[in-house]
Amino acid sequence: MSIEVLHPGLLSTVQDLGRCGHAALGVGRSGALDADALRLANALLGNAATLAGLEITLQGPTLRFNARAGFALCGADFSARLDGHPVNAWSALQAQAGSVLELGRASSGCRAWLALTGGIDLPPVLGSRSTDLNAGLGPLPRALRRGDVLPLGAHASTPQAPSARWSLNPRPWFAVAEHEPLRLLQGRDHAGLDQASMAALCNSEFRVATASNRVGVRLEGPALRLMQALECVSEGCVPGVVQLPPGGQPIVLLGEHPVSGGYPRIAHLAAVDLPRLAQARPGSALRFTLSDLDTATRALLARQHARADLESRIHSRLAAT
Amino acid sequence: MPQWETLGESAVLLRWGQTLDAALNATVHAAASALRRAALPGIEDIAPAYASLLLRFDLDVWSARGTRDAFGTLHEAVDPLLAATSAGATLPSRELCVPVCYGGEHGPDLAEVARRAKLSQQALIALHCAPLYRVAMLGFAPGFPYLLGLDAALQMPRRAQPRVSVPAGSVAIGGAQTGIYPGALPGGWHLLGRTPWRLFDAAREPACLLQPGDGVRFTSISAEEFSASARDRP
Repeated sequence: MSIEVLHPGLLSTVQDLGRCGHAALGVGRSGALDADALRLANALLGNAATLAGLEITLQGPTLRFNARAGFALCGADFSARLDGHPVNAWSALQAQAGSVLELGRASSGCRAWLALTGGIDLPPVLGSRSTDLNAGLGPLPRALRRGDVLPLGAHASTPQAPSARWSLNPRPWFAVAEHEPLRLLQGRDHAGLDQASMAALCNSEFRVATASNRVGVRLEGPALRLMQALECVSEGCVPGVVQLPPGGQPIVLLGEHPVSGGYPRIAHLAAVDLPRLAQARPGSALRFTLSDLDTATRALLARQHARADLESRIHSRLAAT
Repeated sequence: MPQWETLGESAVLLRWGQTLDAALNATVHAAASALRRAALPGIEDIAPAYASLLLRFDLDVWSARGTRDAFGTLHEAVDPLLAATSAGATLPSRELCVPVCYGGEHGPDLAEVARRAKLSQQALIALHCAPLYRVAMLGFAPGFPYLLGLDAALQMPRRAQPRVSVPAGSVAIGGAQTGIYPGALPGGWHLLGRTPWRLFDAAREPACLLQPGDGVRFTSISAEEFSASARDRP
């Protein structure tokens, strides 16, 4: 069981939930930039949540199935076609041996996650199959290339073909069209911003720079300044940290960030909004608003519980068919 | 006791200071070992840095453990562990001796560094081999050790032009630190030599030869010893 890459797309990588627990060795997590979307795609196929799929960016790949297998696509709409026929995202679909799945351009948003029955079965590296492009880690430590053949794992549950008789409502899991500002929590050095910069952070529009990648989203907008330059020693980082390099253009860290960094930290993106940031296309506009830790934590827990609840409802429904 | 700084919803930095300082760093490693030994549930990462320690935790686990918020609950669990950390537990538990072939093709900056430090190359090598360094933290790339303890005579600004790629195993100095490039990486430090050791190999157990908090000494080897050792390594 395998799939073959006929066309790799712009940047398609193998991702699971990430390489947890090795930060002390300088090894970051990487992993799907929207873990919920990958989890839901896996759930639709009856896969374990930890199985690896593909993360697809802006222009999707073309893949040939070498055996009959199910697949599910969650995230941005890539106008998927199976053997030339349009197919729905957010549902479980079946490909036959020889079928070709062709993903086009993202019509809105930036990324989607493709799960396959049995998952992509490459040998895990330090507990994860995720590609970390920045660190050059993973069983496939690079983006997909034409001709790659990715093995699929044996599928534990029934070989009954999943079907597209029902699908998930992409909302609220894919909320890129909403123009609500992204929520920020104050970081250690927020109070060190000069008055104009503090105001600009929440009252201005920022653009996603083309140099953005899985390490971080680089923002272009009014240059933000600290009242006094700060000498920082390197400290641990997490996704969502908003760093301010000397040039004044902030960077919001994403899943592939290095484990430590020494730039001032003016804010943290609320984790509940990280999936929305992962959908921000280069050149698109973003706005921010200040929130607080309690509100952000409640929102995150609510989302995690809603996702877990949805996973278990999908599981029951699959078990009943 | 350290300051607590929340890092988003499910991580915290415990910070003892904001300087490169051996004593501060020793406190960080003592706290990290105490936390690792305690094996609290729902702690996903314990990552020491120079003067701070990152804890990443499972929000679901820690918000469910008490009526208070996750940080409050975590604080109550962590504080007694830190308080019980003995002040004497600051010495490295391990000491590793890393072989280095200094100068020549393996250390292209040795001569220039010696000139800037007004030392003979032999004296420079002796100064670099003398201290017991401490792996203050691993970062920048998987398995890159930042070593504290560089002799003041060898402390100098980084190169004006960083190299696009530095060979794996290069032993280098930058500012007040010395380090070893575990893989071919871009680098702005001065290259003094190279070790035949493979510092990081994800397919090996352990993947990383140096652990945070380890003591490290360098020992000078010849180019022949370097080649023989590089041939024999696994």
